[in-house]
Amino acid sequence: MGEPGTKELLSLEELEAAGSFRTGRKHILSILVENKPGALTRITGLFARRGFNIDTLAVGPTDDETISRITLTLDGAVQSIDQVTKQLHKLVNVLKIRDLEPTETMARELALFKISADGGSRAEVMQVCEIFRAKIVDVSKRTLVAEVTGTQEKIDAFERLVRPFGLVEMARTGEIAIARGRAET
Amino acid sequence: MRAVDALMECLKAEGVEVVFGLPGGANLPTYDAFYDAGIRHILVRHEAGGGHAAEGYAKATGKVGVALGTSGPGATNLVTPICDAMMDSVPVVFLTGQVRTELLGTDGFQEADTIGITMPIVKHSMMIQHPLELPRAIHEAFHIARTGRPGPVVVDIPTDLSRADIPYEPITDVHLPGYQPTTDGNQKQIRLAAKALANARRPVIYAGGGAVGASAELRELATSDRLPVTCTVMGLGSFPASHPQWLGMLGMHGTRTANYAMDEADLIVAIGARFDDRVTAKLSEFAPHAKFIHIDIDPAEISKNVPAHIPIVGYASNILPRLTTEYRALKPDPARLEEWWHRIESWRARYPLAYSDSDDSEIKPQYMVQALFEATEGNAIVASDVGQHQMWAAQHYHFDRPRQWINSGGLGTMGFGLPAAMGAKVGRPEEMVVCITGDGSFQMNTQELATCAQNGIDVKVFVMNNGYLGMVRQWQELFWDRRYSQVHTGQYPDFVKLAEAYGATGVRLTDKHTLVEGMRQALATDGPVVVDVRVSAEENVYPMIAPGQAARDMVG
Ligand SMILES: Cc1ncc(C[n+]2csc(CCOP(=O)(O)OP(=O)(O)O)c2C)c(N)n1
Ligand SMILES: [Mg+2]
Repeated sequence: MGEPGTKELLSLEELEAAGSFRTGRKHILSILVENKPGALTRITGLFARRGFNIDTLAVGPTDDETISRITLTLDGAVQSIDQVTKQLHKLVNVLKIRDLEPTETMARELALFKISADGGSRAEVMQVCEIFRAKIVDVSKRTLVAEVTGTQEKIDAFERLVRPFGLVEMARTGEIAIARGRAET
Repeated sequence: MRAVDALMECLKAEGVEVVFGLPGGANLPTYDAFYDAGIRHILVRHEAGGGHAAEGYAKATGKVGVALGTSGPGATNLVTPICDAMMDSVPVVFLTGQVRTELLGTDGFQEADTIGITMPIVKHSMMIQHPLELPRAIHEAFHIARTGRPGPVVVDIPTDLSRADIPYEPITDVHLPGYQPTTDGNQKQIRLAAKALANARRPVIYAGGGAVGASAELRELATSDRLPVTCTVMGLGSFPASHPQWLGMLGMHGTRTANYAMDEADLIVAIGARFDDRVTAKLSEFAPHAKFIHIDIDPAEISKNVPAHIPIVGYASNILPRLTTEYRALKPDPARLEEWWHRIESWRARYPLAYSDSDDSEIKPQYMVQALFEATEGNAIVASDVGQHQMWAAQHYHFDRPRQWINSGGLGTMGFGLPAAMGAKVGRPEEMVVCITGDGSFQMNTQELATCAQNGIDVKVFVMNNGYLGMVRQWQELFWDRRYSQVHTGQYPDFVKLAEAYGATGVRLTDKHTLVEGMRQALATDGPVVVDVRVSAEENVYPMIAPGQAARDMVG
């Protein structure tokens, strides 16, 4: 692998071999932060600086009004996630971080789908909704809006099934998560 | 009282003796408060000079440095020192002016998003949003800068808020639930480390910048047996260079002895060092036989580049005495190190730091550093700039005391040297302070000569004048087929006349036979002096681990 400062060209393969492009399993990080201006930027900036792409990000209040919970999902090799986690710990406003173990975690996402459903396809769309326990929350002549909750995978599957009917719009919250059992997240 | 007067009270409560800065529109209120606050303020000629001076002050004294700038360009001029302080873990509080709150985000005159610009290069930063927050923010800033792994903290103060009238009550506590550095090493880990050390047959202590604040403790540990010690360029002085257990600096331009010892070691004790690429060289071949004990205040450094077998998180000053006690209790057999020392001595004898001296009056750059060592009797605080002269200074000026060597190691900031020397002299006025700089670096903050002259800050600047951006020239010579592209600086400007224009004394030295004497005279001259030392133009720094190579393949 070429060294910085030399004139060697770096090929993509070399970069790949050196781990410059990361792949790995999905991670769900749950981060408790003090409710301070700039806290979110600092956190997302840390990921950006290390070239991580955040897949989903959900921010909301906790039972303590001075503290917010940030749940974010991303792909990353374990080693480098570990490094980012340590860097996150150094942020003064960050109180707690958990890299949640998928098997011990309840993760849920909420999504709204606006689907074309005119005369012919309406019944079929409604059937799909029923199978997925999606609630129909708005209906117009040509469209209906379905509300689905579930894991990322379930929502992905729902999307695949309704897409052929004509997917007008979709909005997803990104997953939020909490540890199973008695243990605190 | 005005928020800015409360600010002055906070600075006094933090024990601030001196600040370095330059005023402007957005920090006029702060400067009005300085007018009779009774805190020494040194007017610099460029904010970067002020920032580096605050770093030099902090590095020389171990206290928190303070630098000020106005909004917009004042703040952006501080970006380099902020980043420099981050890389070298220097405790500095930067106070920047900001436009008034109603103008925020409107591209107001001299508005810059200081917090946004500096976000990735600060330990922490705060923009004041309510005048009542100011006192607490200042104390938090000092606390964060000083504790844990030290670093820069920026406090951005909108000008309208700084003029607000607030009730002021001294603050004696800070409460930062998200900031709780682990300072005491884990006893179990310390015991494990002691055991590993007692069983090691080829141990090396590898001390970095984090060992500078624990130099007595480091010495205790090393001399509780005959443990060999090497230092990074940041750690120089944490262990005396004149000590028989000292192997010299390690890394790209370190000694062969130190690098070979790392290469063959079976156990490396890293203390406040971060396995920088300039130290490890080719990472996959770094210290291939070694297990690692890694002592660091920053858990994020553990196993960042090299996996640690026994990590210990905490202050070195807390951990080392306990490690020494545990180690002694094991009564390790000193004889087990005899073979190792035999090997080290043979490297030492075979590979001293050598160079071929000129046979005429020409001054070799290495000799220039040796001459300065002689003229200062090895006693000066040496601030360095960045380039070949920095490496030669690190190699040939032998530092026996912590905080005697002040350089920009992590960021490698040209222009650091003079202002850092100035800050060091202000912080330690009783010490002799010299700056070793290059003809390129010196010009990146020469303006601070005016600050030195005006305030009688007695620094002696030794310019290693090779007419080149020498370090870059060396790389072009060795690795780019000698195609010298944009590295020739000629003999511009005339540093003697420049010194005089600034109100300093200028001297030129060109003959090696009278060099030491010339230096002595310069050192004896009152006030700031610039000594233009003409040295060989195309000398290279050796030995060297070439890029992509491993330590055992050092050349030169
Ligand atoms: C601000 C900045 N710009 C560029 C560099 C890259 N650089 C590293 S060493 C060097 C040459 C320094 O020249 P000089 O101060 O004359 O020192 P010499 O190497 O000749 O001793 C340069 C340009 C740097 N370190 N810092
Ligand atoms: Mg030069």
